Amino acid sequence: MAEKTTVAAATIPEIYEPVYTYPDSLTEVSTHYCPGCVHGIVHRLVAEVIDELGIREDTIGVAPVGCAVLAYNYLDVDFVEAAHGRAPAMATGIKRVNPDKVVFTYQGDGDLAAIGTAEIIHAANRGELLTTVFINNAIYGMTGGQMAPTTLSGMVTTSTPTGRDCLLAGYPVRMSEILAQTAGAVYVARESALDIAGIRRTKQAIKRAFLAQIHGLGFACVEVLATCPTNWNLEPWSALEWAKENMGAFFPLQTFKMTDEVKALGTR
Amino acid sequence: MTKQLLKGNIAFAEAALRYGLEAYFGYPITPQSEALEHLSGRMIEEGRVFLQAESEVAAINMVYGAACAGVRTMTSTSGPGYSLMAEGLSYIVGSEVPVVVVNMMRGGPGLGNIQPSQADYFFMTKSAGHGDFHPIVLAPASVQEIIDMMGLAFTLAETYRTLVIVAGDGCIGQMMESAELPPMAATRQSRPEWAITGARGRDRNIITSLYLGPENLERLNHRLQAKLARIQANEIRYQEMQVDDADLLLVAYGTAGRICTSVLREARKQGLRVGLLRPQTLWPFPEERLAELSQQVRSMLVVEMSAGQMLEDVQRVVQGRVPIRFHGRMGGIIPMVDEILDDVTSLVQTAAA
Repeated sequence: MAEKTTVAAATIPEIYEPVYTYPDSLTEVSTHYCPGCVHGIVHRLVAEVIDELGIREDTIGVAPVGCAVLAYNYLDVDFVEAAHGRAPAMATGIKRVNPDKVVFTYQGDGDLAAIGTAEIIHAANRGELLTTVFINNAIYGMTGGQMAPTTLSGMVTTSTPTGRDCLLAGYPVRMSEILAQTAGAVYVARESALDIAGIRRTKQAIKRAFLAQIHGLGFACVEVLATCPTNWNLEPWSALEWAKENMGAFFPLQTFKMTDEVKALGTR
Repeated sequence: MTKQLLKGNIAFAEAALRYGLEAYFGYPITPQSEALEHLSGRMIEEGRVFLQAESEVAAINMVYGAACAGVRTMTSTSGPGYSLMAEGLSYIVGSEVPVVVVNMMRGGPGLGNIQPSQADYFFMTKSAGHGDFHPIVLAPASVQEIIDMMGLAFTLAETYRTLVIVAGDGCIGQMMESAELPPMAATRQSRPEWAITGARGRDRNIITSLYLGPENLERLNHRLQAKLARIQANEIRYQEMQVDDADLLLVAYGTAGRICTSVLREARKQGLRVGLLRPQTLWPFPEERLAELSQQVRSMLVVEMSAGQMLEDVQRVVQGRVPIRFHGRMGGIIPMVDEILDDVTSLVQTAAA
């Protein structure tokens, strides 16, 4: 691995101790994400968790199709890039032949909740020893702001120009609630990356989801409510406010399933 | 090893296992489900990976994942399932990972039926998924040949880091005949250096088919095309019978090719000088040999269990040098020796006249 030279190390006198640097598992590359997008934050959380668990050399990531398609440019572990929605199937193949490795998928709402619904539900139901980080920002980011399965009722997108009419376009889907029903899932939680407290909770949840896999307990998924300022046509701060006001009502922040074994793990 | 009476589907599944198959993922579909059933027990017995997926879409992506991890992996299916796998096949070729797929062709289009067919020739050789590529396509004509081709398929897939399709048909899968299985080979002890296995003590590996810059994607495509050219130069396989003095050349593969060996024998009994070219690789197609033969025979008869798909390759190669007739049956009907023989007789008479 290349030597890390953080900004702090380069410009701050040695007498100061750096308290905020790049995690080892995060590459020092500027991301392609839009201003105000929270993908970068969640990537960092995943990297911090991988560092804290000491699993960087044993972790394999599966990137989705969507804005996070280039996640492998930022998370410094072995990576594959899956077809749209197929990350849980691909991860299943990887994990089954690498049972001693830690395998995670990182997927958006179009990837996981629309085209990949079958793959995620069956991976969860089989109890695959996988960790899924599911970013829900209620819109298709990469293709230009079309309706996602998680788009809220009345929400304007480029494919619901007068607002989502649920009688016409169907209803937003709550994936965590569905995944929690599967026998193979041991931990399913919805958190948010919309404020500091939410980000801290999200990190704990992601850590728990990795630990559940490391301890061989079953499938674990953390849904993270996120923003898309670009396609919501909002400034970054307004997008965070909008999400807190509107998304939480339909997508409650909650732990939907946590088995006793997972609970006993803690997150330390 | 000794010969035993084996059903095609069980034979190729057991052969794959003995050639070191480490992970099988599949979804049941007639006429090849016996392969999945057989491996469901045998793979677990041998401590290997077997998983019945929720769909062919999931199955091929599980195979894709296992291939990225550097293990010997495969799936098997038939027409409708093969259609669903097309997405994954394209990613597999774009990512340059070795995968073997058996397609026991059945009658189509649509749900069609479960009888033997050769109607997926175009789909497998010309357009196996989006983007510019050809898989290597092997065409067995007997239970023994599909056994042998499983070993070849893995070798080719791993040598060229590409997709190999074993193109059987329901007849090959369902029939029982005497054949010999290979001895049990050990699975590989190490993974290739490009595989994703966790970046322990090395730089990380990334396997992707995404190349956002057009220059980079064109570079990948040039590399893939160069690989295809190497395959064309080195991997063409075919069987021929009595072509040296032939006036009429039969061109047929798989089950149709096997029927044509009987046609040839009958025709020879009648004093008709008939030969047979049976491609064992459909892609790469034995172009050079067919072109040579088109200089020495007076006519050709292409026989397929389709509306005439390989026929187009034969026409392309022969370029009108000799008349080509086609005999095809569709919908899962297997052509009979007599009906082909009628065509042979009339074609020889026409050519003589």
